[in-house]
Amino acid sequence: MLELKNQKQILVKFQSLLALLLMVVIFSICAEGFFTKDNFWLVLRQVSVNTCLSVGMTLVILTGGIDLSVGSILALSGAIMAGLLKNGLEFPAFNLFISFTLFGAVTVGLMTGSFLGFFNGLMITRFKIPPFVATLAMLTIARGLTELWTGGAAITGLGRTFGFLGTGWFLGVPVQVWACAGIVAIFVVVLRKTRFGRYVYAVGGNERAAKLSGLNVNRIKLLVYTLAGALSAVGGLIVTSKLNSATPTAGDGYELDSIAAVVIGGTSLSGGKGSVLGTILGALIIGVLNSGLIILRVPPFWQKVIKGFVILLAVAIDKLNTKEP
Amino acid sequence: MTAQCEPDNLILQAKGISKSFGGIKALDGVDLEIDKGRVNAIVGENGAGKSTLMKILTGVHREYDGQIILDGHNIAFATPKEAQNHGIAIIHQELNLIPYLSVAENVFLGREFVNRFGLIDTGKTVAETKKLLKKLDLDINPRMQVSRLRIGQQQIVEIAHALSLDARIVIMDEPTSAISEHEIKVLFELIRSLKAQGVAIVYITHKLDELFQIADSVTVLRDGKLVGSSSIEDVTHEDIVRMMVGRDIKDFFVKADVAQSEEVLSVRDMCLSHPRRRDDYVVDHISFNVKAGEVLGLFGLMGAGRTELLETIFGLHPKESSGELFLDSRRIEVNSPIEAIKSGIGFITEDRKREGLVLQMTVASSIGLASLERTERFGFLRSALESQLAQDYVERLRIKTPSIKQIVENLSGGNQQKVVIAKWLATHPRILLLDEPTRGIDVNAKNEIYRLISELAQKGLGIVMVSSELPEIMAIADRIMVLSEGKQTAEFTRSQATEESIMKAAIPKSFQLRHSLHS
Repeated sequence: MLELKNQKQILVKFQSLLALLLMVVIFSICAEGFFTKDNFWLVLRQVSVNTCLSVGMTLVILTGGIDLSVGSILALSGAIMAGLLKNGLEFPAFNLFISFTLFGAVTVGLMTGSFLGFFNGLMITRFKIPPFVATLAMLTIARGLTELWTGGAAITGLGRTFGFLGTGWFLGVPVQVWACAGIVAIFVVVLRKTRFGRYVYAVGGNERAAKLSGLNVNRIKLLVYTLAGALSAVGGLIVTSKLNSATPTAGDGYELDSIAAVVIGGTSLSGGKGSVLGTILGALIIGVLNSGLIILRVPPFWQKVIKGFVILLAVAIDKLNTKEP
Repeated sequence: MTAQCEPDNLILQAKGISKSFGGIKALDGVDLEIDKGRVNAIVGENGAGKSTLMKILTGVHREYDGQIILDGHNIAFATPKEAQNHGIAIIHQELNLIPYLSVAENVFLGREFVNRFGLIDTGKTVAETKKLLKKLDLDINPRMQVSRLRIGQQQIVEIAHALSLDARIVIMDEPTSAISEHEIKVLFELIRSLKAQGVAIVYITHKLDELFQIADSVTVLRDGKLVGSSSIEDVTHEDIVRMMVGRDIKDFFVKADVAQSEEVLSVRDMCLSHPRRRDDYVVDHISFNVKAGEVLGLFGLMGAGRTELLETIFGLHPKESSGELFLDSRRIEVNSPIEAIKSGIGFITEDRKREGLVLQMTVASSIGLASLERTERFGFLRSALESQLAQDYVERLRIKTPSIKQIVENLSGGNQQKVVIAKWLATHPRILLLDEPTRGIDVNAKNEIYRLISELAQKGLGIVMVSSELPEIMAIADRIMVLSEGKQTAEFTRSQATEESIMKAAIPKSFQLRHSLHS
């Protein structure tokens, strides 16, 4: 009896992993060309941007919040990197022109993303605006700023060096996969092994108890949203580098994919429960599903319908297994 | 002592009602008789079982032992709605109105009048509400939004709602706790007119003065048991106080006396403004000292401001409060829990689940939560250090848990409370504020907590303990301070204190309508 219970617990613990393996097996059997080395790297490369966003989203959702602005911040950060790199900054009034090195442009782009995330956090902690509303507003603001900055047209021709991150390989592995793996590793450690990580769980699990235990709840939230913004900017860097251009519509709707990854990965939307590794599995499940459906030539509209049902199924199974009162 | 009344006035009878929550008896064989056209008062300390009994009468709790007889028929309510259909309505202390709907919409919520197109018939709703309000002598526009009414008026809207259900029994839970004197007067007149219409009123209060103005009979509960029930003419104020107190203290662990030592905490002129009433205080100019090794007990009834006093000391109301704190004779500024903890103050809250613990965390993480910097090396948490810290406290406080990796949610109430205490001890406090430290835990666990408090005091901590259990506070506290409506009303040493003297000081005296209302 006890053993049976344990077995079930183990099954529950690894259900995302099992679901992923099951999908890989099914697609390998049904879809010609799914189980190949090329497709393996293709899937990982496609997943990497969502992974960046989803890691940030995991932090945010663990505190009991939500961030709808990640896709827009991705676009703006990427556009700023591309614009600065290609055109520099011009102030005709002062007859001033600043050109940017690759490093400079990327740094300013990352700082932009971090700042917008920080701004989200400020609205949420200082002005008590619900995260949904604050980041919904930022979704529009950052998208608008992207269109202003790019003038509504793509910024292209960014050079080969810039494209290395998005298209290059290192030691037989795509560079963006390395970057992604690095980010994942860092945040697994941060969440498990630092005070900040522990506090993220505490704030989401019981904000009142966290506050009464002497945690600076506002500072923790501020940092979490800032990190989400910074990780969106990293996503922007990868996307822009991969396409060698920044488009004003980049990252449109990515917030939904990243929320889906977090939720499929077993993180509770009410906060306090979940993990980065779960999220990675969630992102991989979405990636494998996308790839498999494309190879099976399922029409794109049907792909969306199926993806939606997979999200429902994943969360329903999770809810059934972890009986919450 | 049984109520003297005509048998045909009897509308509801409860016989031998018992109810337990997780092994703790909340009600133990309670009998209650409710007569129509009379105000049936129920009194008792916090935790005496009043609200549990009301929840059974109104169908909130379905599982209990005993019988409820309504109009001579045995009855058991499956839902609150069913109780309502039988004419039993309750007006809660926290009113159950929807603030952004109109008075009329609230009164007929869930039972809206509709016209033949299936749309809400506002005209009829308003007209019907107007009729009800007229009956209750409340002159307000039924179209007015409820949030714009005063509390007393909202209460009357609730009563109108009850009447619209043709309620024959109206239960009022501490109806005067949040309203002004004038509103109390209006309420009492209203109660008299309901009585005249033959409605049975069940009136819950701990303001004894009110009883003698409005009640016809009084029933006293203590520790879930019926102490007695009597016509109001046959009892005095003192009789009721005596019935409310008077428990055995023989099984209690009694704290050892400690030698007098120096003062740790000194509180001067602590005030906390009332959130709604201007120029009124929830905590009203409180001053006290606590010595190292001493347990100061704070006693008070619901609404006395005990929890608020502790919260204010802990820096949870920096903007609304005033007063000075001294720790080891040095003035300290506490404007947030962070500063309180840095100064050496720990606060064990009343509601462990809502305020004390992150329930999904492990025992080890929970113990370390407020002092994580101690288990950190070079910016990273060391699980070995964390385990060591947790293991240490699990042993010292005899926390019963299969392992320190256990999720705290799965522990018993008493052990959860020990985990909370461990969390605070790990911050090395000088002062521990304890708010109802034994609420909701069983007798053995209670004794363990008492022993622990005693040991901590012996080690030189200053302890402030809020409790609404008289025997507990008389056994554990070296000194007892009594609060009533935010004010200090008495202070006793353990040897001076008697249950009666404490209770007398705790019962609110602010009620000044005696002369005007006695007719």
